[in-house]
Formats: sequence, C-alpha cells, structure tokens
Amino acid sequence: MTALSSLFQAVAGPFIEFNFMRRALLGCLLLSVSAAPVGVFLMLRRMSLTGDAMAHAILPGAAIGYLAAGLSLTAMTIGGVIAGLGVAMGSGLVARHTVLREDTSLAAFYLLSLALGVLIVSVRGNSVDLLHVLFGTVLALDDAALSLLGGIAVTTLVAGALLFRPLVLECLDPGFLRRVSALSPLAHYGFLGLLVINLVAGFHALGTLMAVGLMVLPAATARFWLRSLLPLILLASALALLASASGLLISYHADWPTSPTIVLCLGVAYLVSMLLAPFGLRAQQRSSSHLQA
Amino acid sequence: MSESLASTSSSTPPASGGIALHSVTVTYQRHPALHHLSGRFEPGSMTAVVGPNGAGKTTLLRALAGDLLLQSGHVDGLAAQRMAWLPQHSEIDRGFPISMREMVMHGLWHQLGAWGWRRASHRAACDQALAAVGMTGMEQRPIDTLSGGQMQRALFARLILEDASVILLDEPFAAVDEPTSADLLRLIAQWQREGKTVITVLHDLRLVRLHFPQTLLLARQAVAWGPTDRVLTEANWLRAQHMREPFDEYAPLCEHTEPSACTASPPASAQPVKEALA
Repeated sequence: MTALSSLFQAVAGPFIEFNFMRRALLGCLLLSVSAAPVGVFLMLRRMSLTGDAMAHAILPGAAIGYLAAGLSLTAMTIGGVIAGLGVAMGSGLVARHTVLREDTSLAAFYLLSLALGVLIVSVRGNSVDLLHVLFGTVLALDDAALSLLGGIAVTTLVAGALLFRPLVLECLDPGFLRRVSALSPLAHYGFLGLLVINLVAGFHALGTLMAVGLMVLPAATARFWLRSLLPLILLASALALLASASGLLISYHADWPTSPTIVLCLGVAYLVSMLLAPFGLRAQQRSSSHLQA
Repeated sequence: MSESLASTSSSTPPASGGIALHSVTVTYQRHPALHHLSGRFEPGSMTAVVGPNGAGKTTLLRALAGDLLLQSGHVDGLAAQRMAWLPQHSEIDRGFPISMREMVMHGLWHQLGAWGWRRASHRAACDQALAAVGMTGMEQRPIDTLSGGQMQRALFARLILEDASVILLDEPFAAVDEPTSADLLRLIAQWQREGKTVITVLHDLRLVRLHFPQTLLLARQAVAWGPTDRVLTEANWLRAQHMREPFDEYAPLCEHTEPSACTASPPASAQPVKEALA
C-alpha cells in the first residue's frame, strides 16, 4: 500500500503540486497530437532528415524576431514561420524547376539560413537567450505560449484531415496524383507548411535542436510495430505523449534539463522497439518454424 | 473500321471520339524523339505501339497524357475524354503502409476527389474490380507483400475503377507471367468492347499479332500504321530497325514545312495517315 501510494506520489505528485508541471504536460500533449502525425508523414515521404534541416532553417527568423522585439513569443514565432516557409518554398521551387534534387537544394538553402542565424545570434544575442532558443522553455510555458501550441495543434489536425488523401497519394504514387488531380502542389507545400508551424511549436517547448525529436522518433518507433497508416499515427501520438510525460517526471526528480530528457525517453522507446518489435531486428532472425502454405 | 483507316484519311474525320495527331514533334534538347507524327486512333480501337528501343513509344504516350510539351504540332480529341495511364515504371512506393484494397480504391478519385465520402457502392465497385483481376481474398494484404504480377493485377483493378475512355498502357506485361498476361489481355479486349480507346506499348510481337487489331510501328516517325497484319511485315520491321538510335549531334535543322502545324484549329484536310505499306 505504501509502495503504491509513494509511486502515485512520484508520478502524479509533481503535476498536482505545481502549476508549471501541469502546463508543461499540457504543452507536451498538444505537441504530441500534432507533431507526431506530421512526423509519420515525414518518415513515409523519406523526409526525416528534411525535418532536421528545416528545424535549423527556422533559426535566423527567430533570431531576427528576437533582435526586433527581445524574447517575444509573437515576434520569434512570426520570424520562425517566415524563415521556415521561405526555405521550404525556395528549395521546393529549385527542386521542381532545375536539375537539382530536393535534398541538395534544401541543404543549400538551410545552410545559408543556419549560417545567417548563427551570425545574428552570436553578434547580437547573449548566451542565456541563446540557450533559451536552443533548448526551449517547456517548464515556463505561459498562457500565450500554450494558446499558440493549441492553435497550431488544431490547425494541424484540421488541415491534416483535409489533406489526408492527397498526402497519402503524394507519398504512395505521386505520378498518379499528378494525373488525376491538380492537388499535388497543394499536398506538397501544404505539408511543408504544417511541418514548419509544428517545428515552430516544438521550438518554443523543446528548442530548435530537439523540436524534431517529437516528430521523427515516435514515428520511427511506431513503424517497428505496425504496417497500416492510421494505427501508425495513433501509436506515434501516444508514444510521444508517454515519452514526454516520463521525460518531464524524470527531469523533475533527477533535476535534469527537460528537453534532452524527453528526447532520450523517446530514444529508449526507439531502441527497445528496434530490439523487440515484429518489424525491428527480430524480422531478420530465422524463425524456428514455418507454415505449410 | 480498320480496313477503311488508310482510305478515310482524305475525307473529314468523324466528329465524335478518336484522337488525331497533327504533325506532332517532341524533342529532348532539340533532338526529335517523335518526328512529325500524324494519324489518328479511332474511337474504340485497340492499338499496339511497337518499335525498336528509342523509337519514341513511351514519349508518344507521355505526349498524349499531356506529360510532355509538344515542340510543334497538336493533338485533337483528348480534351473531352478522361484518360488513364499506366506507366512502365510506376513511381509506387512499395514500402508504404497501405493495404492493396486502399491503393486500388484511389482509382475512384474521379468520383470521390480528395474529400468525397466512400459509400457502400464505392466499396462494392472496388471489390468487383478486384474480382475481375482475380485478386479476391487478398484485399487486406499490405502492398509490400505483393509479387510483381499481383501488383500489376492490382494496378489493372485501379484502371477498371478509373473508368477512363482512353487508356494508355506502357509495357503492361513486361514483368508478368503467362497466365497473368492472358487475364489482363482479356480485360483489355473487354475495355475495347465497351468502346474505350486502348493504346498499348508492347515489345512482344507475338502478343501483338494475336490480340491487337491495330498497330503503329514507330521509329520516331510512323513507319507504318494500320491493321496489324499489314503493318508487321518483314520489310517494315527492317525499315524501323534502320533508325539510328543515338541522336546525331551534328544533325542539321529540320526544314519540314507544315501548312497547318502552327494554326490552332485542325485543317479540314488532315495530314495523310501514314502509308500503310504498299
């Protein structure tokens, strides 16, 4: 009984006791339902590294917003979204209309963007603010930040539902989508738009370096277990929420920095799944029996 | 219909259906891959497009599908028709986590679009299409577990659902075994009976002779175009083989004069259909 109640105290206590922990948990919930599904499509489009590149591309926009208005949520959000969309559109245009492929043109744009961001931050910022930008402030989410995360989650779910069929076809058979419909560019750029706003949301909570973690790792982990799309999306969201709640608790009890702890929790789930899940390493093993037909 | 093909070229073409090519030229870096190709695919015809490698067979399909810009010339009769196209190497991501049935269901895009609700009638149509290609019982299989032939059957089921009036097929039997290609050929013949225009790129001349009433023998230009038995002759095949496969880097400009190529509407007297061999 005492063991149970002390376990309850360890798990639920911090959330009952502290408002900032409840806010952090709500922030993580919002991020999990919006960023994890985006991550699933990112993985299916083989764009997981694109997500990482885009996360870096957001930096100069946020930095310029910071220069203009200090640590202002609005200014950094608008700056980040503009920079992210600029890089996405620019690299998309180059990929669709020149000889360069998507990966190379994106790399070119995001490196320029990143260099600009690092230049701005190191010339004008101070190191405390820089840590803020790089590692986020999940334990200091105010009302404005939470409303922003909520707005982005709602936008993502609604737009994702509307774009679902074109997006599936854009991944599955892009040539077919182009033949039957004019929605291919909408699916492509709409998805990049969702990617950017979710990275900006993740950037406020987890910082630029870790924002991609909540997208890529739950999707990759869920893929080890499942082979159909909707369950994959649900499992990825659930894993993201579970890992961020555990991450919050561990960082609270162990006094560790929050966002790396959350990403490491996701990492543990990934590694365990890789070892145990049906489509992980086990799939490579020779099984001891087989069927007749 | 097929017998009159060569002789009707001077009369006015029938108003409904049919795809008329008027001196169509498609170039890659100014080298013609299709060179002043003229002629017509009659409505409800079933044509095999044959020719040596590099003859422009796939280019012709892509030009008809609107996937390539014409360098000159124009194509009539496609605007009002819906077209389905099965490329030789489809871009399908075989690792995508989707069941075969879900993939085939996308053939109903012309009815459902991006946001249409799937009704029982749509699902019934999908099951019927899957039965027609002999894939009943495998609906729930993830597409990464399908063999090459099963995938091709599934793609034909998707074509059935697309229900287009013009169907372009590029080497549909290239990686498919005998029973599968026999089944799919029956399906193609049925499409023709339903009045659809089927244009198929093939390399297996035996299949062409057995199943396709019309043949276009292509070597960038039409070497011969008409009834299959009159097109697939030794002499025509030799002429087609004469085509130089690599582009000539020092080729002079083509001085071909086209009385009608630049006008927007087709002339009353269309370009003569290519000689069907004397």
